[in-house]
Amino acid sequence: MISLKINGAVREVDVDPSTPLLWVLRDTIGLVGAKFGCGIAQCGACTVHVNGEAMRSCSLPVSAAAGADVTTIEGLAHEDGELHALQKAWIAIDVPQCGYCQSGQIMSAAALLKRNPKPTDKDIDIAMAGNICRCGTYIRIRKAIHQAAAEIAQGGAA
Amino acid sequence: MNKVSKTQLPTERDLEALIEEYQAHTASLANADLSRRSVLNLSAAITGGLLLGFFTTGAAKDAHAARGDFQPNAYISISPDGRITILNKNPEVGQGVKTSLPMIIAEELDAAWSDVNVQQAHLSQKDFGAQFAGGSRSIPTNWMGHRQAGATARAMLVEAAARAWGVPASQCTTADSAVMHAASNRRLGYGELAGRAARLPVPDAESVKLKDRSEFKLLGKYVTGVDNEKIVTGQPLFGIDTTLPGMLYATYEKCPATGGRVASANLDQIKALPGVKDAFVLEGNGNVNQLMPGVAIVADSTWNALRAKAALQVEWDESEASKDSWTELSTKAKELSAQPRGENTIHTTEGIDEAFKGAAKKLKSFYSYPFISHANMEPQNCTAWRQGNKLEIWAPTQAPGNLGSFGAWPFLTKDLGFAEENVTLNMIRGGGGFGRRLANDSVCEAAAIAARIDPPVKLTWTRQDDMHHDFYRAGGFHALEGALDDDGKLLAFRNHFISFTIDGENGVSGGSMRAEEFPAPLIANAEISQTLLPIKTPCGPWRAPGSNVFAFAIQSFIHELAVAADRDHLEFLLEIMGKPRWLAEGNPYALHTGRAAGVIKLAAEKAGWGRNMPAGRALGLAFYFSHAGHIAHVADVSVQQGNKVRVHKVTVAADVGPIVNRSGAENQIEGSVVDGLSTFMNLGLSIENGRIQESNFDQYNMLRIAETPEVDVHFVDSDFPPTGLGEPAFPPLAPAVANAIYTASGQRVRSMPLAFNGMSA
Repeated sequence: MISLKINGAVREVDVDPSTPLLWVLRDTIGLVGAKFGCGIAQCGACTVHVNGEAMRSCSLPVSAAAGADVTTIEGLAHEDGELHALQKAWIAIDVPQCGYCQSGQIMSAAALLKRNPKPTDKDIDIAMAGNICRCGTYIRIRKAIHQAAAEIAQGGAA
Repeated sequence: MNKVSKTQLPTERDLEALIEEYQAHTASLANADLSRRSVLNLSAAITGGLLLGFFTTGAAKDAHAARGDFQPNAYISISPDGRITILNKNPEVGQGVKTSLPMIIAEELDAAWSDVNVQQAHLSQKDFGAQFAGGSRSIPTNWMGHRQAGATARAMLVEAAARAWGVPASQCTTADSAVMHAASNRRLGYGELAGRAARLPVPDAESVKLKDRSEFKLLGKYVTGVDNEKIVTGQPLFGIDTTLPGMLYATYEKCPATGGRVASANLDQIKALPGVKDAFVLEGNGNVNQLMPGVAIVADSTWNALRAKAALQVEWDESEASKDSWTELSTKAKELSAQPRGENTIHTTEGIDEAFKGAAKKLKSFYSYPFISHANMEPQNCTAWRQGNKLEIWAPTQAPGNLGSFGAWPFLTKDLGFAEENVTLNMIRGGGGFGRRLANDSVCEAAAIAARIDPPVKLTWTRQDDMHHDFYRAGGFHALEGALDDDGKLLAFRNHFISFTIDGENGVSGGSMRAEEFPAPLIANAEISQTLLPIKTPCGPWRAPGSNVFAFAIQSFIHELAVAADRDHLEFLLEIMGKPRWLAEGNPYALHTGRAAGVIKLAAEKAGWGRNMPAGRALGLAFYFSHAGHIAHVADVSVQQGNKVRVHKVTVAADVGPIVNRSGAENQIEGSVVDGLSTFMNLGLSIENGRIQESNFDQYNMLRIAETPEVDVHFVDSDFPPTGLGEPAFPPLAPAVANAIYTASGQRVRSMPLAFNGMSA
């Protein structure tokens, strides 16, 4: 048994310790927001937070996440249900096309804003370099990150 | 039914034929349904080129009926509490139809968009007509039918209110999901009218008045995607998110060279691995669109299935398998390009050879581009569950329906033996389409596996499976020749296109050039010919098939000719267009030279064409017409240190008629620019011994956020019928950037991608 703390709740899972966290989230726990894209940490669709850091869950053995605080896209909104400023900006700016990569994009962006509340374009280029959007919504992703940063600066929900 | 080769996906022409066939088919159904109208007066049947059926079928219909909903047709349901449900008929794969198609209905219904709840329709081509995502056709083929669906419902609601108030219907108006009578200051919401409207006879289709464009309230506005909240909160939404009780997880291993068969495999070892429930060989039927031979592994989790797949050892019988080699094919094509005329002449004009002989100036160039993969972010996957003689499927597919030999249905019914009425196929949102999901190979694989086991099963492809077993955009080669007269006008143009054939007869998808390919119909002396080289590597439609590469070769060469003539590219291009006219009168899918000139001028004006640029930086222009869309791009590009290319900004002008959803339309154009740039800069596959050499995103370098240019979108507000935007904004990007690179640096790019030419971002 491996003990995980996912979005604040403790979960005991009976899986092989080498299983990537992504498949434990998707198949064992039933949280399918983190997506399978490449399996080798090249596309970022599986991005979650482990102790606040953006990690590619497809390449992280579940044993490495034992005891750590894991946040997935399902746990990004506030406990009262208010969406994270990034989620609100993503909806308002209408970022998604197919939408498949977007939970990973948002999780990478959330980790960025946590350590750098006012990112420049260059900061965004670096922080988001690990996330592919095949539909090419990068222009709106950039705009949404800036908009969310501005909202947080004015006291919005981060 | 249109015949589709066993060994390749339908080409664009096949798709067009299917659409025509379906429209004819559904029109006949519509007439049949109209004869029943007097009996079933609870519903409205509407004709208008497409069938709008009577009811949604099954459980959803019954639930609506039980609530006393007003259901004038298959698309609309209004419940007494005012909730308005509108169904989206076509698969959503990122092109935005789940938002834009219901908007068209809501506009004519005069519903407040905030009252509308959009739901994905079930598969029922009897009710909805052809249901598929391809060819940028959702908007143009459904525009009139959807408007009539909304307008008919609105007319019935108005009639219901007029009768309730005892006033003429002509005195009533509608807005925000309500009917008003201004003279008496009365108002009834659509929910309050639902019960009354449901008892009214259906108005005659011709009597229903459609709005004038000036009356549109919703269309043309920025409307955000109806699934956005689910997407940003990670709710189950995509095919791969399908979860069923007791579900097992499968992988499928095929020969890396198309056509290889399983000689032997270590199945006993695989079955003994942790979590593995079963492993077996499927022989397949030899049809790459359906089921090719391979080994299925079924396990209790995706990871256990993937681990077992990694341990799988298969000896392949490759006697019939592909031996394709890109190196050899390229060498052969280069040799062939020495011939100005290919094996098959598609179009030629009298005196073409004399025109070249008498020209003031002649130019020859050779253009080429490699195979590429679709690389949808969501790998191919499908969930299937056989219960007795019934089969249910959950598939992120662009082609869910039974379209003759196209799609999964012939395999499900003939090969697996399920009766058509015993198969349910659920259309699930797809994580990217781009043409890849027109093939239903993963659907057939999942169904074949499900047929062998009792629990439901989800088949997931790895990224490597996805890149090695795609229906590729074919590489290709163009030997181009152009001639100029004494005034520097384009006198003659010759295009020897070298592409590929799988069946030995027809070009692969994108591998057949049309007689009307640019600039043939616009000039007096033109010739298009082609030579097809045999291959076995499967090819299929890839966003703007054909156009996505022809534009690069042809529109770059047009610029070469303008340079050779010492003419301004803008002026040269407008001169080729000539006076405003349709190239095929009465065909809305034909080029209109006036619309072309309009977008070329608009893009040039907005980008500041002709202004002074710093050294090493320049503007490049390109126009292309495809999928009924007239689109021009101007790229602002700098070239540093001889090989560092930076695209700063792309200005796009598009004429696709009135815009349905402005947000979705601009998003498609922004995405097309990024996709076009990704492809132009970085993407290419190599094939050796029948095997695709690249396996994942570390070797297939999709564009990242840092290389993304600014995109400035402008629409021509024309009154032509609206057309689709999933594809036509892609083709002009590569030549626009290539032309800018030439002007900025003097380097002419004649092969894609740039990365293979020693240039990079």
